Order: sequence, then structure tokens, then C-alpha cells
Amino acid sequence: MLAFTIRRLLASIPVLFFSTLLVFLIVASSIDPLSPLRARNPPIPQKTIQAEANRLGLNHPLLQRYWDWLTGLILHGNWGTSVSPSYNIGQRLSSSFLVTFRLVILSILLSLILAIAVGVLTAVRQYSRLDYAATSVGFLFLSLPTFVFAILLKSWAIQFNQSVRPNGPPLIATLFESSPNPPTDFFGKIGDTVGHLVLPTIVLSLVSYASWSRFQRSSMLEVLNSDYVRLARAKGLSRTRVLFRHALRNALIPLSTQVALDTAGLLGGAVITETIFEWHGMGYMFIQAIGNYDLYPLLAWLVVASSLVIVFNLLADLLYAVLDPRIRLA
Amino acid sequence: MPEKNIDSAPDIAATLGTEFGQYARAADGDREFTVTVRTQRQIVVSRFLKHRAAVVSSVVFLLVVLFAFIGPLLWGQQYSIMTNDIEVAPSGTHPFGTDSNGYDLFADVMHGAARTLEIAVSVAVASTVIGTIYGAIAGYYRGWVDTVMMRFADLILTIPALVFAIIVSDKFSANIASAWYFLAFILAALFWPICARIVRAQVLSLREKEFVEAARALGGRDGRIIFRHIVPNCMGSIIVVLTLTVANTVLVETALSFLGFGVRLPDTSLGTLVSSGQTAIQDGFPWLFYFPALFIILIVLSINFIGDGLRDAFDPQQTRVRA
Repeated sequence: MLAFTIRRLLASIPVLFFSTLLVFLIVASSIDPLSPLRARNPPIPQKTIQAEANRLGLNHPLLQRYWDWLTGLILHGNWGTSVSPSYNIGQRLSSSFLVTFRLVILSILLSLILAIAVGVLTAVRQYSRLDYAATSVGFLFLSLPTFVFAILLKSWAIQFNQSVRPNGPPLIATLFESSPNPPTDFFGKIGDTVGHLVLPTIVLSLVSYASWSRFQRSSMLEVLNSDYVRLARAKGLSRTRVLFRHALRNALIPLSTQVALDTAGLLGGAVITETIFEWHGMGYMFIQAIGNYDLYPLLAWLVVASSLVIVFNLLADLLYAVLDPRIRLA
Repeated sequence: MPEKNIDSAPDIAATLGTEFGQYARAADGDREFTVTVRTQRQIVVSRFLKHRAAVVSSVVFLLVVLFAFIGPLLWGQQYSIMTNDIEVAPSGTHPFGTDSNGYDLFADVMHGAARTLEIAVSVAVASTVIGTIYGAIAGYYRGWVDTVMMRFADLILTIPALVFAIIVSDKFSANIASAWYFLAFILAALFWPICARIVRAQVLSLREKEFVEAARALGGRDGRIIFRHIVPNCMGSIIVVLTLTVANTVLVETALSFLGFGVRLPDTSLGTLVSSGQTAIQDGFPWLFYFPALFIILIVLSINFIGDGLRDAFDPQQTRVRA
């Protein structure tokens, strides 16, 4: 297992390298941090633009810029220079990441619980009314764009707040990741954070729930029709025991890798959700950087995103190997 | 058991393909039941027609397509022309109401749906064609060709599509203002690896089949073997991927347009319409949000059901056919 882990770990280093190269080449050639300066009216002196280009290190050829950026990042932990001098990319990245991470993790947990429960239930009662109902709901969520769902929930919550407490503070938080003046005591703070998490978490978890429950249903069905489950029943083991000990444990293997693969993709959904609920997480950082033609924060963002994809791919491989010994030995 | 046999006999013949003749003879031999010989296409069509949700969805999808492309020719009002009716609720003259500029939402939604569908279909076709060729070549030649090609495909998949499309589209929007085909090009460039992966996996197993060996023994060139013999046998998965890419593209394109990075004014897509109607529910003009949102859901939902039906029709093993 250790050899397997090390082999996979080493194999993902070149992928990460080429991924950063690809990202750098495309992003650096499509985002020009100087364009807001050039577009100023009245025009600003060429010297100022030149100085800014020097400060951002834009005067070198693209490949050299990549090398400088990469070595700066690896050797000194330096994410590069933002267009606004007071912007510290590393700090901003970690604070934004924490905000988004708690949303994403909570959504994954919630949607996993839902998906497994529904997947198992619909597989056990295949072609029942429950199965058809759950399938229809699943298809609906599969087809519901994240932003439509988020806007719907937000609007409903606002209307609900207005009807319940027309003049008081809103009952359900619809904006931001925490109140402008959060309570200072520990429990108040936690309560405030959780209250703000409710709506975005529902959005993000239901969006990924749909495909996972379908996935869980089909893998559960496959396992339920296998010989060893029939054997376990024939041995006289109880139905519940067979269901949970023999069937479910094996049926969870495909889902675990699927979840690992989808987790990184949730970041895209988080951008939309955060935009609608006006959170100050990764989504806001990204949209703001795009608006300012701020090259290096964008690169930092993409490096984090594509590293996440690679790490979760690796995790999926390892998880599969841990759960299914046949993979490890092959 | 015998009933099941009758039903599954042509299925087996269809999945085995080359051994069809052999099977028909065996069935003829013991005379226990008769098998009507059906072509593979007939089998797939009849299985698809049994999937009720897929059939209904096909009709719905067709109606949406007619609404989007034929509708504007019949409807008197243009999406780009303001009327004097400001923020009017849905009525006879404006079935979907109007917005704060007096634009007729019915015409807006027709145009937006057409734009969304145009982008989705062109992205799906382009990415599927590229992905099929790419995946077929990688799977057929195996070895280092496969490794290099698929590692590159994986590399593209490490980049979040939505985010990436935002970055790239931002630059070019200044040059080619509101050109939807550029957006389609970007999305196709990001989506093809998904199809490539699936086709490659199929080609890897198909290339070991006897009919490929036979084609090679007859002196078929690689190109002919790949595109005449192997790829037609992957058609099932390719069509399923194609439909699901349409659904996926609608979601990504509308999300991009919603965020302001996809289709932009003066052009309209369903995403921009939802975006301009996003506070409409609490402002008291709910139709501005509900109608465009409804059409996005209608399009994606019907395509998802069609895709599900096609998957069942082409590959009954994956999800067993409904009785």
C-alpha cells in the first residue's frame, strides 16, 4: 500500500507542473493587468504604464515569467504581485479558502447522507412508487441550474422574513457569510455562522445530491443482484445484516471515488452560490480579480483549484485501493 | 423464463452483433420459439419508445425548439424593440409580461432559448466529434500515444470549466463583441476530454474483437478500421454523451451568461434573462424570473430524460429496460 501511495504521489507531480504551465500560459496571455491603465481617460503617461509593467514583471517573455512565478511560489511561497499594492494574495487566499471550504465540506456531508439514504432505499424498493418519485425529484435537481435554485431560495427566504418579522432583523440570513456585527461570545458566533450557512449549503448540497443518489442506486442494485449477497441470505443471515454489512459496504466504493472526483468541481458551483448570497469567499475573490484584470490572484486561484482536482483524484485512487484490495494487487 | 428468452433473444443478438447469424440458426434449430429478425436500429428505437419519460421529453424538447426557432417568425414583436408597456404582467398581448424597459418577455425568451440551444448544440456536436476522433486514436494505438494523449486530456479536465471560460471570454469579448460562436468554441475546447475518455475506454475493448481482426486480415488501413469498423460500434455511448453534453452546456452557458461573462447585451440568452430578473420575485414582477428559469429547466430536464432513454435503449445492461 505504501509503495502504491508513493507511486501515485510521484505521478501527480508532473501533472501538477504541466497544469500550472497550461494555466499560466493561457491566463497570462488572456489577462492584461495594464488594460485598465491604458483605457484611462485622460490617458496617463507611458512612463507610468511602463513602471507598472516593471513592478508586475510583465516585460519578460512569457516562459521566463512562468519560471519566475513558479520559482517564486515554490521557493519563497510568493504568489506574485497584485495590481493594488495593499493586496496580499497569500493572506486573501487563505481567508477566502476557509470561508468557501466550510460551505463545500458541509454541503458534501449533507448531500452524501441524503444521497446514500435515498440511493439505498430506491435500490431496495426498485420500481416502487418511492423509486419513481425519488428518481423524478433527482432528475429535477439534476436539471435545476445552481443559480436558479439559489435565487429561488433567497427570494423565498426574503419574502418569508418580511411576512414573519416585517421590521425586525431577518429570521433567515440571506446575505453574507456572517452578520456585519457578529455576536462576540463563542456560541453566538457559532450560531451566527451556522445561520448564514443554511441557505447556501442547501443549494450546493441538493445540486450534487441528485447525481450521487442515482449513482448510489445503480451501484447498490448491482451489488444486491450479486451472488455473494444471495449466498449471505441463503446462509440464513438477516436481511438487515446482509443489507448493511455485505451490500452497502461494497456499494459505497464507487460512490466514494465519484465524490472525491466531484468535490473539486463543486468550486465552480460555489462561485455561483457565493455570488448570489454575497459571500466573501473564493467566488468573490475570483470575480473581483477578474474585474480588476488582476493576473496573479487569478493564477493563485486556479493553482489552488487545479491542485484540488489533482489531490482529490489522488485521494479517489487511494480510497479505491484501500476499499477494494483487488485494485491494489493489480 | 421462456418469455424472457423471447424478449432478450434479439437483444443478445444485437449486443453480440457479429454472432447474430449464428444465434438465429440456433434458435431456428430447436424450434422452441421464433425470432423475428430486427435490425439493431429497430431494436434501439423500440426500446427507446418504451421509455415513457424519454418519449414525452422528446416531444417537449421538439416543442421548445419550434418555439425558439419558428416562434420569432410568427410572433409580431421583436426581442430588440421596446414597447410602451412597462412592467406589465402576463396578458394576451404579452403572454410572459414585459420588463422595466418595455421589452416583450415572450419575444425575449424565444430569442434567448434559441441562442442557448444554438450554443448548446454546437458545443455538443463539436466536442463530441473532437472527443470521438481523439479518444478513438488514443484507444486504438495504445502505448505511449495513448499515454501522452490521455494525459493531455486529463490536464484539461483539471481546470474548472466555468472559471476558465470566464477568464478567457473576458479577453475576447472586447474584440468580437457578443459573438456567441466564440463562447461556443471555448466551451467545446473544454468539454471534449469527457467524450474522449469514454470513447477511448470503448475502443480499447473493441479493438480486440474478432471483426477488427478480420478487417485487419483483409488489409484494412488503420484509418478505415477505426472510423468504419470501431467507431460505428461505439455510436451508442457517443450519442448518449452528445445529449448529456447538450444538457451540461446549457447549464454552464446560462451560468456564465448569468454571471455576465457569456452571452452579453444586446444579445440575449436565457441566462442573461434570469440575471436581469433575479430580484424580480421580491420586487413584485415574478414573471421576469420564472419564465426564463422555467425554460432552462424545461430544456435541461427534457434532454436529461432523453439521454436516460437513449442509454437504456443502447445499453440495456447498464440500467435494465423497463418492462
